[in-house]
Amino acid sequence: MVMFTLRRFLQLVPVFFGATLLVYFLVFATPGDPIAALSGGKPMAPAVEAALRAQYNLDQPFWIQYGLYLKNLVTLNLGQTFSGQDVSAVIGRAYPVTARLAIMALAIEAVFGVLFGVIAGLRKGKLFDATVLVASLVVIAVPTFVLGFVLQLVIGVQLGWARPTVSGAAPWDELILPALVLGLVSLAYVIRLTRASISENMNADYVRTATAKGLSRPRVVVVHILRNSLIPVVTFLGADLGSLMGGAIVTEGIFNVPGVGNLLYKAIQKGESATVVAVVGILVIVFVVANLVVDLLYAWLDPRIRYV
Amino acid sequence: MSEKLTPETDLTKPVIPAARQGKTSSRVIEHFVAPLEETPLAAIDNVDESEAPLSLWADAWRNLRRQPLFIISALLIIFVLVVAFLPHLFASVDPTSCSLNDSSEGARAGHPLGFTLQGCDVYSRMVYGTRASLMVGVFTTLGVLVVGGIMGALAGYYGGWIDAILARLGDIFFALPLILGAIVVMQLPAFRDNRSVWTVVLTLVIFGWPQIARITRGAVIENRNADFVTASKALGLSRFSALVRHVIPNSLAPIIVVASISLGTFIVAEATLSFLGIGLPDTVMSWGNDIAAAQPQVRNNPGVLLWPAVALSITVLSFIMLGDALRDALDPKARKR
Amino acid sequence: MRFSRTSKALGVAAVLAMSLTACGGTSGGGNTGAAGGNTSKAITANGTEPQNPLLPANTNEVGGGRVMDLIFAGLVSYDVHGKTVNELAQSIETTDSQHYTIKIKPGQVFSDGTPITAKNFVDAWNYGAAAKNAQLNSYFFAPIKGYDKVSAPKSTLDKMEGLKVVDDTTFTVDLSAPESDFPLALGYTAFYPMPESAYKDIKAYGQNPVGDGPYKLAPGGWKHDTSITLIPNDKYKGPNKPKNGGVTFTLYSSPDAAYTDVQSDNLDVLDQVPPSGLQNFKTDFKGRFVNQAYAGNATMTIPSYLPEFKGEAGQMRRQAISMSINRQQIIDKIFYGNKKVATEFTSPVLDGYDGNLPGSDVLKYNPTKAKELWAAADKISPWPAGKVFTITSNIDGAGNKEYITAMANQIATTLGIKAQLNPIATFKQSRDLINSKKLTGASRAGWQADYPSLQDFLGPLYGTGAGSNDGDYSSPAFDAKLKEGLAAKSVEEGNKIFNQAQEILLKDLPVIPLWYQAVQGVWSNNVTNVQFGWNGVPLYYNITAK
Repeated sequence: MVMFTLRRFLQLVPVFFGATLLVYFLVFATPGDPIAALSGGKPMAPAVEAALRAQYNLDQPFWIQYGLYLKNLVTLNLGQTFSGQDVSAVIGRAYPVTARLAIMALAIEAVFGVLFGVIAGLRKGKLFDATVLVASLVVIAVPTFVLGFVLQLVIGVQLGWARPTVSGAAPWDELILPALVLGLVSLAYVIRLTRASISENMNADYVRTATAKGLSRPRVVVVHILRNSLIPVVTFLGADLGSLMGGAIVTEGIFNVPGVGNLLYKAIQKGESATVVAVVGILVIVFVVANLVVDLLYAWLDPRIRYV
Repeated sequence: MSEKLTPETDLTKPVIPAARQGKTSSRVIEHFVAPLEETPLAAIDNVDESEAPLSLWADAWRNLRRQPLFIISALLIIFVLVVAFLPHLFASVDPTSCSLNDSSEGARAGHPLGFTLQGCDVYSRMVYGTRASLMVGVFTTLGVLVVGGIMGALAGYYGGWIDAILARLGDIFFALPLILGAIVVMQLPAFRDNRSVWTVVLTLVIFGWPQIARITRGAVIENRNADFVTASKALGLSRFSALVRHVIPNSLAPIIVVASISLGTFIVAEATLSFLGIGLPDTVMSWGNDIAAAQPQVRNNPGVLLWPAVALSITVLSFIMLGDALRDALDPKARKR
Repeated sequence: MRFSRTSKALGVAAVLAMSLTACGGTSGGGNTGAAGGNTSKAITANGTEPQNPLLPANTNEVGGGRVMDLIFAGLVSYDVHGKTVNELAQSIETTDSQHYTIKIKPGQVFSDGTPITAKNFVDAWNYGAAAKNAQLNSYFFAPIKGYDKVSAPKSTLDKMEGLKVVDDTTFTVDLSAPESDFPLALGYTAFYPMPESAYKDIKAYGQNPVGDGPYKLAPGGWKHDTSITLIPNDKYKGPNKPKNGGVTFTLYSSPDAAYTDVQSDNLDVLDQVPPSGLQNFKTDFKGRFVNQAYAGNATMTIPSYLPEFKGEAGQMRRQAISMSINRQQIIDKIFYGNKKVATEFTSPVLDGYDGNLPGSDVLKYNPTKAKELWAAADKISPWPAGKVFTITSNIDGAGNKEYITAMANQIATTLGIKAQLNPIATFKQSRDLINSKKLTGASRAGWQADYPSLQDFLGPLYGTGAGSNDGDYSSPAFDAKLKEGLAAKSVEEGNKIFNQAQEILLKDLPVIPLWYQAVQGVWSNNVTNVQFGWNGVPLYYNITAK
């Protein structure tokens, strides 16, 4: 197990370089000239343009640009944004906010998703199951940019139950509404995955054995059915944590959350490679670690799974 | 079966173990089991051996076609397909002839659902948008299933360095922002001037496969050490055959669930891409495009947004039901005894 | 500015008052709660994260601009109607519109107490112009003699010969050619002075600038991506004395979010109603909204390099397209009536504006005439069969897609050709297409004035080879008129000539004017006396908290 974990961490090195190289190339390949955009469509003196190009190494060929980026990275210099701020500072502000949002969304997905999924799975075809299905359909068919907008209008403005937007410090309580909006689509996945697993495992031999042993129904459900049903759910949640940490462009925009999604979107629009690469670099580390945790959870949930 | 049983006593007289004799109650529980020669077991056990045993899939199909859930969903899907390919049968108004004179007008004769902001017929656009939306949903799901399924199955089943490479490749692709990727893909020489449904499908597949790969990998890891796999290998099946014939069919449940929901989210993802100008061109009608365009009017004219969303919901519902039916059919344990 | 979890229960208004005055530190424990306007209470307004360090010559967008215009004051400033009034300048004198002598009022100081001298202006302008400093607004100094030398690529020069300090309060400016509207430009951000201390560490200064305006940055007031807090500058002696205890800009990434905040009194002033609110803002904010024209317009550029739009046939086609657009209908249906149809190329809020120029009929909806002109053009050189008339636009900004689609539909219906929006995902990509002259059709355009002058709407856009002449328009007659106007003895005289130049444009239609921009602003229940200026920006210093 320890070796397994260590090996996984070693894999981070090629993954990190692969991801940053790829994303650096993608930003490089996006059409348009970042310096021309800086002018906002107004004229720009050629000398100014040349100087700015040199400042961000944009006058160099791709491999040299990437090489220079790596060189700076070694000294923990993540580069600068076009507004002259250190990327490390920008990311240091945005990531804690996104992390809080992601954790809350994930908690909502996990708790309500598994709860509703178990009930729906146990009462397959009953009213509760059908209600959850219809609610999931709404969530799937109505895009976040509509759902978030409507919830904000109703809960934030008309009912006044919460602030419609998140204030600068983005405290936990103000993030509940955005986290809910963010988690809703994944919630639908978790419910359906749990429901499917539960209904599949309800007929497993060990469940019959457990029931026959005279165990109480809740105990059978929680200890026997649920534990054996969680692998697909855990897999999904692990992957989702990664996506959530990548920031939610639409949700963050609606609730004005100063998180990674907005940052990334603006950086992509501007062609600000330093920011995009840094975000993706961190993200890929989150992914690898989240995957490791998921793999270790497999072994805990199902003792037949072993890692050498 | 029970009606044929005749009560007999001699075979079934309770034999109380000596050790427990002192504690048992005096009540005698009678068990009724027919004597062997009197039960028509032979007839029941008499399997028609001239017919080859049904494969898992044939078995599933036989089970599937009797399920009402399957029949309803299949009919719905056929209906959606017909609308997609023969939209003119369902709508007579040209969805592209729009005039601001009709902007945001309500329903009137010949225009049952009213007009969009641009003055296009909502009903007609909903009908004509079916094709592109369905294609994006179905083909992206298929593409993701093929790529992600294969990658995930191989990674989970073989483990070791294959897992390391494939799973980490998935991590890299998962970390790339979809929007960035889409901007670049749309700009490739092959697509720059003829953006179509396929461009969107390709983009969504490239950046969407890792999710299915993860789910498949997890399910395969769960099943690769199951008794039936060990048994099949003991019976001389090669490792790869065991994967294809036993591990994958038994891992399908979560994959089907995720795929059937993803179908809907891909259609909506197209809406987001179109909203950002990197999805379908404006000339291609789609539910996603219409939903995105209706967003600013949601307070005053929600119907414009509602109808394409309803169409999308029905489509997703039919695929979720199909997935449910398929899953039940593939799972021998879940079958009603 | 943050709301703690406990204090939020007290009610938003109370919290605002408490936290803002505490933050501003200017109240002196005085008159909180005084009836009818409280000048020591701070207000909040919407903003966006400045895209560049806060340096005068490097701020070229509205996010940084609205902050700069409050923490700096220039030689002149613009009143609510766009009239130029002297601010720091005692006098700006010239006899030939080419050589200017500028005297500044004595006794003026920066917010750190250092006196403002003629040298501060000369140094700041030289800094802004020099190529080695790579300032985005450097082209604003182009009229000054010697700009060509300091702005040449790789130039190490940092002084323009046209600027000379005479004494502490006097300096002279020599231009390389006469420009009658040069004094009008002097209120623009690029021409603000910087104190001597700025140059020691210009990077640090850009994060925490010391200015001379009605406000100053609160200590640590710029919380990136979150808020910018300004407090009154008690050393300011100009006409725009703050009537509130400070301004905090809450930074938003979309106006939709800000709109909901004003609705629930979390934000005091919003200067941009989002498309989703255009239909409702007058009822959502009864008596608390404004809808007025500002110095900006929307146009559509048809590049002169397109083969179908060359020569006489091209001119007819441009006129036909212009007449096939029902501007009023688009304004009514897409913008819910919140704009005004354009009848020329500038803006009605400017001095010298004339809405009835000869030839402006070409901007009126006239489908019959449009069809005739199009057919006549087809006789000279036929429109390629199956060719689609595209209108390129970035659609990452809100609201572009809707009106261009509507416009394309109108053109298609009237002229019987195919017309559609060509959506581009990012602004930088659309700029690239435009700059590299790779457009295959029309493109969305528009202009927002930097300073209130007719010339600012004409010279930079349609002069031969001008920096923002995206369509490569070139007309010797127009260039001559422009030059004549600039050499005029006074601004008024110049304006007459500029309007004659516009008549040439109305014939050639290098761009097709669509409508004048209007600002839709709303405010919360917590503030009064909200006015919007000539440029669509609220006069923050006049707003008072209730």
